[in-house]
Amino acid sequence: MKRVLSVLTLLLMVALLASCARPTPTPTPPPPQPTEAPAETAPPTEAPTPTPVVKTVIIGFTASQTGKLNVESTRQINGLTLWMEQVNAAGGLKLADGTVVRFEARFYDDESNKDRVQELYTRLINEDKADFLISPYSSGLADAAAVIAEQYGKIMITTGAASDSTYKKGYTLVYQTYTPASRYLTGAFDLLAALDPTAKKVAIIHETDKFSTDVCTAAKAYGESKGYEIVLFEGYDSGTADFAPFINKIPAGTEAIMGGGHFADGSTFARQLYEKGVPVKFIALLVAPPEPKFAELGDAALGIVGPSQWEPQAKYNPEAAQAAGLEWYGPTVEEFVSAYKAKYNEDPSYHSAGGYAAGLILQKAIEAAGSLETEKVKAALDGMAIMTFYGDIQFDTSAEAHGLQIAHQMVYIQWQKDAAGNLVKQVVWPAEAKSAEALYPLSR
Amino acid sequence: MLAQTLASLVDGILLGFVYGLAAMGLSLIWGVMRVINLSHGAIMALGMFGTYLLFTHLGLNPYLAILLMAPASLLFGFLVYGVAVHRIINAPYLSSLLATFAVNMMVIGIGTAVFTTSLYNVDFSLGTVRAGVLALPGTRLTAALAALLITAALYLFLYRTRPGKAIRAVANNRAAAELMSIPSAQVLALSFGIGTMLAALAGGLITTFFPFTILSGSGYQSKSFVICVLGGLGNPLGALLGGLILGAMEGLIPIVLPVSWVPVVEFTLFVLILLIRPSGLLGART
Amino acid sequence: MKPWRQPGFWLPLLLVLVGGGVALVLRKDTLREMMFTLLMYVALASSLNILMGYTGYVNFGHIVFFGLGGYTGFYLISQHGWHLIPAALAGGLASALLAALLGLAVLRLRGAYFALATIGINEAARAFVNNFGPFGGPTGLFVNFAVYREYGGAPQALWLTYTLLVITTLIVVGLSYWIKNSRFGLGLLAIREDEDAAMVMGVRAPTAKTLAYVVSAFFPGIIGTLFFFKNGNVEPGDAFRLHMSIEVLVMIMLGGNGTILGPILGAAAYERLRGYLLTSPLFKSLHLAFAGLALLLIVLFIPAGFIGWLRRRFPFLRRWLE
Repeated sequence: MKRVLSVLTLLLMVALLASCARPTPTPTPPPPQPTEAPAETAPPTEAPTPTPVVKTVIIGFTASQTGKLNVESTRQINGLTLWMEQVNAAGGLKLADGTVVRFEARFYDDESNKDRVQELYTRLINEDKADFLISPYSSGLADAAAVIAEQYGKIMITTGAASDSTYKKGYTLVYQTYTPASRYLTGAFDLLAALDPTAKKVAIIHETDKFSTDVCTAAKAYGESKGYEIVLFEGYDSGTADFAPFINKIPAGTEAIMGGGHFADGSTFARQLYEKGVPVKFIALLVAPPEPKFAELGDAALGIVGPSQWEPQAKYNPEAAQAAGLEWYGPTVEEFVSAYKAKYNEDPSYHSAGGYAAGLILQKAIEAAGSLETEKVKAALDGMAIMTFYGDIQFDTSAEAHGLQIAHQMVYIQWQKDAAGNLVKQVVWPAEAKSAEALYPLSR
Repeated sequence: MLAQTLASLVDGILLGFVYGLAAMGLSLIWGVMRVINLSHGAIMALGMFGTYLLFTHLGLNPYLAILLMAPASLLFGFLVYGVAVHRIINAPYLSSLLATFAVNMMVIGIGTAVFTTSLYNVDFSLGTVRAGVLALPGTRLTAALAALLITAALYLFLYRTRPGKAIRAVANNRAAAELMSIPSAQVLALSFGIGTMLAALAGGLITTFFPFTILSGSGYQSKSFVICVLGGLGNPLGALLGGLILGAMEGLIPIVLPVSWVPVVEFTLFVLILLIRPSGLLGART
Repeated sequence: MKPWRQPGFWLPLLLVLVGGGVALVLRKDTLREMMFTLLMYVALASSLNILMGYTGYVNFGHIVFFGLGGYTGFYLISQHGWHLIPAALAGGLASALLAALLGLAVLRLRGAYFALATIGINEAARAFVNNFGPFGGPTGLFVNFAVYREYGGAPQALWLTYTLLVITTLIVVGLSYWIKNSRFGLGLLAIREDEDAAMVMGVRAPTAKTLAYVVSAFFPGIIGTLFFFKNGNVEPGDAFRLHMSIEVLVMIMLGGNGTILGPILGAAAYERLRGYLLTSPLFKSLHLAFAGLALLLIVLFIPAGFIGWLRRRFPFLRRWLE
């Protein structure tokens, strides 16, 4: 028996070694569903024109289909896919010289893992021949991907990535869709000041990843400049499940708690704060509260504020663009929301909007450049100043912070109970965007 | 300040009971057969998922689910022993380390394929007990109590029943036990099974108050190593004591240091104890 | 015994040279990326083999040297503007120094206690770097993209890094052969068989073990620096993955513990299998389970690994398969 098993094991090893000789087959990743509309080769015009050249542009990206970032990443990819479908269904993008551009996606699962990201983007660029790249979700992963994009000279639109530090590294081809971290949580202090000028003691407990650290460090600096006392400033490891040590460290008399990280830890933190009955008046957490799933926490979610890159109640429209002297581009808020709902049977979150916006930005840049060449598209991106359903878009073109998003603003939501007693999100800040008065103080 | 210290200490100790329970399985297996079970964390994760599935799909009370899981995990332990450990029980320690590690990889691999690495939660709450400055979640209190009961049951088993005594005999001197007509292979399988059962039970208890993923087990496994070395490998009661000490440390250290320093302190202590007093605080069973 | 006359010396070196050289000759980026990962694991496995294969001491925390050495080298590049080559050497020296200090403490432990201690060291190192300010704390360190211009642009920098890795791997493999056939190596093998008897026979066990530990730590430090330089950034989570340690261990066991060719073939086989399984949608999540199964079968039935089995079964091949 032992001999048989030894021989079997040996055969296994020989097979493994033999597989060294053959190159790894390049598997084609599954295309996003549903498939694109059939290609039209003749444009529907009356005047006879020669058949235009159809170019397929490959958009490469990785999705966190597994791992801790999968909730947010899926929404982002949904948005991007919707955009791609709509462009292709409309017959593709028509350039000035008559070329019709269709888009095709190539993506892999990055498992919410940085290493995989770099491997996969290298593969996307070299083997799948991606022409343009979209970043993975989350600042940490986007940062890792940006290096590869820059190394191989490909334009990357980052979305779902707010950290400022990525854009301070001397990259020239990476462009940010989201409001950067330095302006992420600062509005929470403004909101608190408007609700209760006497509340001055704030505890900040944040995840120690790139994004949350950047946001909270900037928020701390902002808060201190406005006269707030940051009584606690601590970071927790990604994947922390036990927040009791942090909660116990919150000094008595603290009036507000801010911080958090991503959805998983943010919601656990919120739940444990409720269980422990911490008597604060104001809680603002990153990323988790705007997620519709946050409502599953029930009473623990009530009253919690969260910054959001975008909400369906946002008031961006072509008239506002005209008033601000900006070009309006893309669908209206209502068009986006209804298209998204029709396709995915759920309300879009800001991650979805960010995914769609990334595609929209690329589309506008290619259109404005009239070409697919990296240099020309880059010039178009550098000069972009538009308003979309998602908000204003303009990029920093200085050498120190090239690609940073400088025009887009955050809105703040809060979970409140509607007349029927269900938890709903309301926009409570800034004043021009709000849909309801903020609940203050929390009843803990 | 005192209130905060007290709250932290109590929180830590409550958690420490469960840590101790988790480490007990590891300690028992080491004590009886000198095998460091590197699949300990994976089995804890299995226990977590077992509880979760029973709770979510059959609507069972988590504590009932944990009880139901006990025999299943015992049988699983028998399986792992028979497949991976039995052949190499007398081989150099590298073999047993790698064999149990291989089991770990297989369980995590299959578990990741089935459950992915997403976060899961057993949504169960027993309210919060308020006692002055303390706010103790009911689930943690119950878990600590359960850990105590299980420890007591284990102690009774080891010292008052025949199989238990057989286990202690084999731990003491396997050759002599065999001469005394104790079937050592079956006893070893039983102790391995009990070890995995304790791991799975601890995992199940943890789900009642923490969220978890398939990879959560490895964190608790690392803590179990530290606890076993603290309390003395081979001594289940030592494991409980070690767990309490670790829990207390995790509660108290954050008061003076940032919380992220806790693992550094834990593992430095771990290495130090290995160097200075490898037999642990309560001494190992030889 | 002159190593350069023995086929057992040339065969592994030739394998590494050809494998690494193909990418350099063809100048293809994807091939280079693939070979980079492969050679990295070959070098890591070979360096661990110097400790584990020869002395029999199981080091679960081998990756600590990769992480800390890499961090040191990367720190010098990004914060102090050093060139890659001296920074990599400095990273290697930092790891070697750490190994010397740790070795004094930890190599006194025998058997499984040593293995446990190495796990503890890895975790402590990661938690420490997480908190250590100069190393960037939890957000880690990054290199400004402009640094690549010093090397003539990003592509040139990547090729340089790859070439350095090939050279490092050749050195590790050559060194491991040389050690195995020296008096020093004989002492290590004696320690593996029976440490007390070896000491009775005059082998200075503590010194020999520490030296082996230091040598095995030097190369991961260099490799770590090269790896992080290529990626442009480093974070504590990437640098101290216990998983990587274990995979290196599996590679050594697969190929043959204590042999020269073993770690090379084991690393190659494991990496290919992993690469294939990871990109195949069916097996993506099961690659770990397969690796575990392979490891279990090897440990239970062929503990000497592939090369070890071949050597035992076909004694005439021993001259060729070191």
